[in-house]
Amino acid sequence: MTVGKRLDKVELVCPAGTPAALRAAVNAGADTVYCGFADETNARNFPGLNFSRKEMSESIAFAHGHGAKVLVAVNTFPRAGRPELWHQAVADVAAMKADAIIVADLGLLAYAAEKHPELRLHLSVQAAAANPDGINFYVERFRVRRVVLPRVLTVSEIAAINREIDCETEVFVYGGLCVMAEGRCSLSSYATGLSPNMNGVCSPPGAVAYVEKERELVSRLGDFTINRAGKGSPMPYPTLCKGRFCAGKVTSHIFEDPASLDASELIPQLIAAGATAFKIEGRQRSRSYTDAVVRAFRAAVDAVATGAPIPTGMLASLSEGGSTTRGAYQKTWR
Amino acid sequence: MPLSLTLGPLLFNWSPDRWRDFYARVADEMPVERVFIGEVVCSKRLPFIADLFAPAVERLTRAGKQVFMSSLALPTLKRERNQVEDLLAVPDVGIEVNDLSVLPFLKGRPFAVSPLINVYNEGTVAYLKSLGAVHVCLPPELPLDSIRALAPLVDGVPLEVFAFGRVPLAISARCYHARIHDLSKDSCQFICGQDPDGLPVDTLDREHFLAVNGVQTMSYTHADLLGDIAALAAAGVSSLRLSPHACDMVMVAQIFRDAADGVCAPQDAQRRLAAEIPQAQFSNGFLHGKPGWKMLAGAD
Amino acid sequence: MSSSAPIPLIPAAFGFGLRPLPLAPLALAIDLVVRSVARRHDGMFGRLGPHSDKRFLIDPTDLPFVFVITPHIGNPSASVARSAEGLDFDARIAGPIAALVGLVHGAYDGDALFFSRDLVVEGDVEAVLALRNALDDAEIDLVEEAAAALGPLASPAQQVGKVAARWIEWMTGMAMSRPRVHHS
Repeated sequence: MTVGKRLDKVELVCPAGTPAALRAAVNAGADTVYCGFADETNARNFPGLNFSRKEMSESIAFAHGHGAKVLVAVNTFPRAGRPELWHQAVADVAAMKADAIIVADLGLLAYAAEKHPELRLHLSVQAAAANPDGINFYVERFRVRRVVLPRVLTVSEIAAINREIDCETEVFVYGGLCVMAEGRCSLSSYATGLSPNMNGVCSPPGAVAYVEKERELVSRLGDFTINRAGKGSPMPYPTLCKGRFCAGKVTSHIFEDPASLDASELIPQLIAAGATAFKIEGRQRSRSYTDAVVRAFRAAVDAVATGAPIPTGMLASLSEGGSTTRGAYQKTWR
Repeated sequence: MPLSLTLGPLLFNWSPDRWRDFYARVADEMPVERVFIGEVVCSKRLPFIADLFAPAVERLTRAGKQVFMSSLALPTLKRERNQVEDLLAVPDVGIEVNDLSVLPFLKGRPFAVSPLINVYNEGTVAYLKSLGAVHVCLPPELPLDSIRALAPLVDGVPLEVFAFGRVPLAISARCYHARIHDLSKDSCQFICGQDPDGLPVDTLDREHFLAVNGVQTMSYTHADLLGDIAALAAAGVSSLRLSPHACDMVMVAQIFRDAADGVCAPQDAQRRLAAEIPQAQFSNGFLHGKPGWKMLAGAD
Repeated sequence: MSSSAPIPLIPAAFGFGLRPLPLAPLALAIDLVVRSVARRHDGMFGRLGPHSDKRFLIDPTDLPFVFVITPHIGNPSASVARSAEGLDFDARIAGPIAALVGLVHGAYDGDALFFSRDLVVEGDVEAVLALRNALDDAEIDLVEEAAAALGPLASPAQQVGKVAARWIEWMTGMAMSRPRVHHS
C-alpha cells in the first residue's frame, strides 16, 4: 500500500460515484469506499453517475485486492407494489461479496435480515436514527452492525449515544451538509416533484436553471428562485435548503449557509466520542475531489494517530461557496 | 363507506388558552371521527400544554372521538426520549408514533403511524403491523399511483392521507424561527408563538414558497384534496387527515365531511374552502406525482 | 494536482493572435479527437444515456472560437465556430480553456470550478452533469487521444505531442495531461 500505516481504530469511509473515483479513493488511502448501483435504489441517482453490476463486481475486486472495503448503498425507499428492483439489489450486493450494505427502509431491512442473514447491515443516514432508542431498535430487530449518524448531532450527543448502544457509529466529517433530518425531508419534491426518498435525488439537475441577467446570475429550481449572485461572486448549486429567501424582515440563508462541513479539527473529539468510522460526503463529485479530500483526511487521521498537529485549510476550494463549517457538531449551530 | 375524518395534531405553538378552547370546540362541534393531540414539533412547548392533555382526552372521548396521543418527531434529549412514557400513562388512548425510536417503549400497545414516518411500501407496512400498527397516515409526498399499488397489499391496515393544511416537509435540530429572529435555540423566547399558522418564507422574487414552524419546515400552500376524494376512496384510502390551523377548523371539517358524503360537489366544496380561508393558496401536486406546490384538477 | 491554484488564462494578445487563423484545420483536428474518444471510451455512452444526442456548446472564453460537440453513439460529431452567436445547442459550458481541459483530464473538480464561477453552465444542466460524470470516469488524456486519432502515426505523434504538451503546461500552467496516481 502506498499510504502510511492504517489505524485499527478509525476507518476512513470515502465516496465513489464512478469506478474511476473508487480507484482514486483507494489509491489516496481510503480504508473503505461506499457506492451504489446506477438506478433509483440509491440516494445519489444522478445522471452519468454510479455503477453497473459489472462495474460494481470489478470495483469490489479492485478494492479487496488493495486491502480496502466496499459498502454498497441501497438506501432509497422501495416503490409500493414494485419491490423487485430493491430486492434484486440486496441479493446482488450479497452475491458480490461487498463488505456491507447500507439500507434505510424498514421493510427492506426486514427483507435483508431474513433473506441474507450473512450480509452485514449498516443503517443509512436516510433512516434518521438520531437517538439510542431508535438505534437499539434496529440493532435488536435486524442485527444492524453500524449506524450512520445524522449530521444534526453535537459531539457530546454522539458520545452520549455511543454510551448507550451496542453497534458501531459512522459520522460525517466532510462535504455537503444536510440541515434537515435526512430521509425526513420532502422539500425537493415540493419544488420539483422528485425527492431523495422516492427518486434518490435532491434538488435534481433536471430542475435547475441558471439565468444570466445583466449584472447577476440567478439560480432557479423548478419554478422558484433559489439564489442570485453578482457576476464573478461564488454561486453554489441551487440545493433548496441552501438558498437565500425572505422571511419576516429578514433576507438571508434562512435554513443553511452554502458551506461544506469540515470536521477535520474535531477528529480527536469524535474519536473520544466513540465514532468508529469517518465518512466523507460526495459521491456526486469528481475523482479529483475524491483524491484531494481523501488524501487530506488520510493525513489528518494519521496525524491524530501519531499525536501530530492536524493539517488545516487544505480543502477550502472544494467546498460550496468556498467556505466550511463545523456544522451541528458545535451546539451554537442550532 | 364514506371516508372518515381525522384531526391531526396541532403542529403550531398556540397559547394554552387558545389550545384549550380549540379542543373544547373540537369535542363539541367538529365532525371528525378521530383526534390526535400532543406536541410533535418542539419539546420546549410541552410544559405549557402538558396539563391540558388529560382533560382534553376525557372531553374528546366523552364526545365519541377516538383519541390518539402524538409523540415528538425528533426526540434526542433524555427527557424527550422519556416523553413517550407520559403518553403511555394516559389510559384509553392510542399512541401516534412520530419517530421510530418510541417503538421499543410501546410493548405491544396498538399504535398509529404518523405521516412523518417513512412508509412507502407494503414491506414497511407489514413490518409495522407485526409490531402493532393499527392506522397509517401516509407520507404527504406519496403519489396516488403508489397509494393505489399499496392499498391492496397492506392486509387491512387503514390508510390515511394528509388532506388539509400546510404540509410538513422537513424537521431539523435547528430552529429556523429562532434563527430568523437572531435568537439562539436555547433562549428562543418561544418566538414561534407569534405565528399561529407558521411564518411564510418567500423567494427573492417575493413569491410565496415555504413556511417555518420552529424546527419544522412546511409548505406555504395548504394541501386541499377535496377534488381527489373520490379517487382516494376508490384507491382504498379510509380516512383524510385535516391539520389544525387558525381558521375556523369546524367549518373546514364540515366542508370535507360534506364532500366525502357526496352532499357537496368537489368544486363547490373547494369554493367554500377558498372563501373560508381567502388568503390561502392551495395545492395537491404531491398526490398527482407533480411538484407538491401545484394545484391540479382532481384525480379521476 | 490540487485545484486551489488560480486557473491560468490564455493572454488576450495570444488569443487575439489566433483570430485570423482558418477554422478548417482546427475543426478537422477536433472532429478526429472526438471520434477517437468516442471509439476508445465507449463506456461513456452508458453514462450519457439519453444525453448522448445532445448538442454541447463548449465555449473557451479566452480563445476566439467555440466548439459544438454531439457525442452520439456510432456517429459523434464536432464543429468549430468563431462565436456562439446563432448556434443551436442544448447546453453551454463556458470557461477558460485551462479549466475545460483540466476538467477533461480530471485535474479539476467540476463543482469546485462551478462554485468559484470559473465555469459557467447554461441550458440543460442534467446533460452537462451526465457529460461531466461520463468524462470523469473515462480517464481521458487528450494528448493520447490526439495521437490515437492519427492511427499508424500514433506512436511518433504521441512523443511529439507529449513534448509539446509539457511545453504548454510549463508555459501556461494548463493541465495538459491526466494526473497519474501511483498504483501500488
